[in-house]
Amino acid sequence: MNILSLFVLIPLLMLLGLWIARSLNQVKGVMVAGSSALLVMAVYLTISYISLRSGGAEGEMLFVAEVPWFEPLNIKYSVGVDGISVAMLLLSAIIVFTGTFASWKLKPLTKEYFMWFTLLSTGVFGFFISTDLFTMFMFYEVALIPMYLLIGVWGSGKKEYSAMKLTLMLMGGSAFLLIGILGIYYGSGATTMNVVELAQQHIPEWMQNIFFPLVFIGFGVLGALFPFHTWSPDGHASAPTAVSMLHAGVLMKLGGYGCFRVAMYLMPEGLSMWGDFFLVLTTISVVYGAFSAIVQTDLKYINAYSSVSHCGLVLFALLMMTKVSSTGAILQMLSHGLMTALFFALIGMIYGRTHTRDIRQLNGLMRIMPFLSVGYVIAGLANLGLPGLSGFIAEMTIFTGSFQNPDTFHRVCTIVAATSIVITAVYILRVVGKILYGTCTNKEHLKLTDATWDERLAVICLIFAVAGLGLAPFWVSDMISGSVEPIISHLIH
Amino acid sequence: MQQEVTLALIILLMLVADLFVKESNSKILRVLAYVLLVVQIAVNIVPAETSAFEGMYHSTQMASVVKTILSLGTLLVFMQADKWLGREDTSFKTGEFYILTLSTLLGMFFMVSAGHFLLFYIGLELASIPMACLVAFDKFRHHSAEAGVKYILNAMFSSGIMLYGISMVYGTCGTLYFADAAAALTGTPLQVLAMVFFFAGLGFKISLVPFHMWTPDTYQGAPTTVTAYLSVISKGAAAFALMSILMKVFGIMVEDWTLLLGIVIVLTITVGNLFAILQKDLKRFMAYSSISQAGYIMLAVMADSGQGVASLVYYVVIYIVANLAVFGVISSIEQHSGGKVERDDYNGLYKTNPRLTFVMTLALFSLAGIPPFAGFFSKFFVFASAFHTGFALEQTGYWVVVFIALVNTIISLYYYLLIVKAMYITPNDNPIPTFKSGVMERAGLSICLAGVVFIGLLSCVYQYLTDTALLSWVS
Repeated sequence: MNILSLFVLIPLLMLLGLWIARSLNQVKGVMVAGSSALLVMAVYLTISYISLRSGGAEGEMLFVAEVPWFEPLNIKYSVGVDGISVAMLLLSAIIVFTGTFASWKLKPLTKEYFMWFTLLSTGVFGFFISTDLFTMFMFYEVALIPMYLLIGVWGSGKKEYSAMKLTLMLMGGSAFLLIGILGIYYGSGATTMNVVELAQQHIPEWMQNIFFPLVFIGFGVLGALFPFHTWSPDGHASAPTAVSMLHAGVLMKLGGYGCFRVAMYLMPEGLSMWGDFFLVLTTISVVYGAFSAIVQTDLKYINAYSSVSHCGLVLFALLMMTKVSSTGAILQMLSHGLMTALFFALIGMIYGRTHTRDIRQLNGLMRIMPFLSVGYVIAGLANLGLPGLSGFIAEMTIFTGSFQNPDTFHRVCTIVAATSIVITAVYILRVVGKILYGTCTNKEHLKLTDATWDERLAVICLIFAVAGLGLAPFWVSDMISGSVEPIISHLIH
Repeated sequence: MQQEVTLALIILLMLVADLFVKESNSKILRVLAYVLLVVQIAVNIVPAETSAFEGMYHSTQMASVVKTILSLGTLLVFMQADKWLGREDTSFKTGEFYILTLSTLLGMFFMVSAGHFLLFYIGLELASIPMACLVAFDKFRHHSAEAGVKYILNAMFSSGIMLYGISMVYGTCGTLYFADAAAALTGTPLQVLAMVFFFAGLGFKISLVPFHMWTPDTYQGAPTTVTAYLSVISKGAAAFALMSILMKVFGIMVEDWTLLLGIVIVLTITVGNLFAILQKDLKRFMAYSSISQAGYIMLAVMADSGQGVASLVYYVVIYIVANLAVFGVISSIEQHSGGKVERDDYNGLYKTNPRLTFVMTLALFSLAGIPPFAGFFSKFFVFASAFHTGFALEQTGYWVVVFIALVNTIISLYYYLLIVKAMYITPNDNPIPTFKSGVMERAGLSICLAGVVFIGLLSCVYQYLTDTALLSWVS
């Protein structure tokens, strides 16, 4: 059995286990066992991938395997990973693991919650291991639909509205995608659905010009591309903690990953026609997201807009089409995934105690819950790009790489986007100063307690990952840039 | 011919049995119907190409497969009808129900395997007239009787239009045999008119917009089991018949009817979806939902290829299991709660009847085309077949239709999610109390559920249909 298939098989077994489980402890046992197994698998996969590559393994994808599925349409269940997908799998495993602990005390209907949560993870893992367009798309949609119930049933605030908006917008994106996939398949001669093989085929230019924007927007909706980002703030604000973590941390990365691997890689001529147009949109995403975050008063909204800005930066860097900027984009996905998950976890834990996320009603939390507050400061500093933490590595690489693109238009966009660094500092420091420092004026809050063991475990894992990526980025960036190379060299400059 | 003969024998047997079984023992009739239908399916499981009456009857392998699928669907409908037929006010009509239903099925058999317009027309009438009786089956319920009248009037009217079209074919070609007519047709304006009239007549059966007006009222008024039968079996048979006749007989006018279909598809899907959003009554809601589903089925007809044939039959199979699952739940709840069919009645259903809710959710997801449920695969293949033809002919109009259909899946997702929302999210102090449904109902729902989950994931079904389609339609 192929090692990659285990990433789908384990969540499926978890689903089965959850179905059978009768008591709450059994449910939690299944979740802990399954998510730990996934994490171990992801670490093992990363190590063996790096050692295979340093041993001189050739081929764009490693660990490949395929089984024919729907033969009349050349659909196969085919899997394979390169450095980018390995990084994403590792990220997903970490977030699923920590997400499990972040929803440790969730009630009611705990069993059902974890079942949908696991189904969502199945989709995410399946998406990253697939190299077949059809299976990729299938897993993509599998990852989307559980969001409706996860937000609708277990969310807070105007959850029904947010859940419906999020689901419809994301599924709307996938309608664009589906026709794009059909275009790619038939345009390339209808011989294969495998991404790597499709890249060798030539799709007629007029078809690329039609289908590139459809596919790019289709994935871009999930990557919070302006003006299709509006689901994101509402969705994140209403979702329960672990779902926000998984959604901002991993699901939004599906968008960037898909834009890069499907839209740009398979339709380079379409990219050269539409690239500038989308570059403007992503630049707007970056700056607009950051400015919007400044004026929000709800902690989750602040973080959601910050996600729009940072995910916009991912697409922005990809469209710069240099090797360094694309490497930076993937690093940013990884880094943003970790630090946003940390942010949402902490916000969820604070909200669980204070029952408010309004920054005007929170102050002086540092004395009351020092552990959570310190975690919050670390997440904030990572977000604004302090050297030594993951955000710095990613943004530095992105802007250096972007400036390598000699075109004036691209340089102007880079300069505009770079202003977001300053704006980010404004909204992060504003919140940190407002809610953590000063004296606590709310008597009720003085009685609150600090994090419990399950919360500490989740937070420490994430902080460890954020700092680890910031202090020793070379092993990841080498792994990524090696895999970015063949894709970038395929594009037309 | 074997399938029709065995089915006719079953009807005769049921007639005789109905004479001798006492009213209080109607259970015997039900068991007999299950057994006979299972035998019917088992005997004819191997598809065969047969011809009879000098070509008036011609059944391709694909038609044979379709007939087996329709029989299976009917069996599922019978299973759902179990509780309803066991009720005091209906149990004395058990025999009639089976005889009428099987007669319509026989009519559909002739429809899908006709080789001559006259036989086709007889099949159509055999499928329509008993259906009107079925719709009005609860004759003391005002709505049911009204629905029956609406159905029969519309059916007669559309038959008239279709006959007019057929007479034009006869007038210009001098023959009613499909094969001869296909050779004689040249695509003159009168013949195009004939095709349009013919199309309109069948469009009524499939409830395509603008021939859909009867659908909501009839679906709402008919007994739920009959609605289920009407929405899947009747529609599936008519869709397949329409496709085979358009492809076989009117092949020369392919450009005309694909244009016609393109317009009708866009209208059907959009109107069906937009009206479905507004419905509060679930049966009415499912009526509009099934109108829009018919539009998706027609996409495969528009493809005009072997791939399209396979995709259509595949779509119909999955549509049968998913829609019957939904109707199974609706009917089960209606029977156990004293006739509740409003969407608001379903609020908070998850707390009291988690299993039924689960079945309903998966079936709705399948109808909306969400993976990994079967509906996703069937939609994908239908889209792919229409897209492929557009690509081969270099006509982007096909792509536009596919694109509009795709955007419409989002609208449909919205209203399917409204039901999911009612069941899981909306709070309710007095949800429908917990109940235990009968053995047959549960068995029927389990089969549907298994179909919804596995027919898509197991590629062998689609592979089999593609192979059969290529055997039957060598283009």
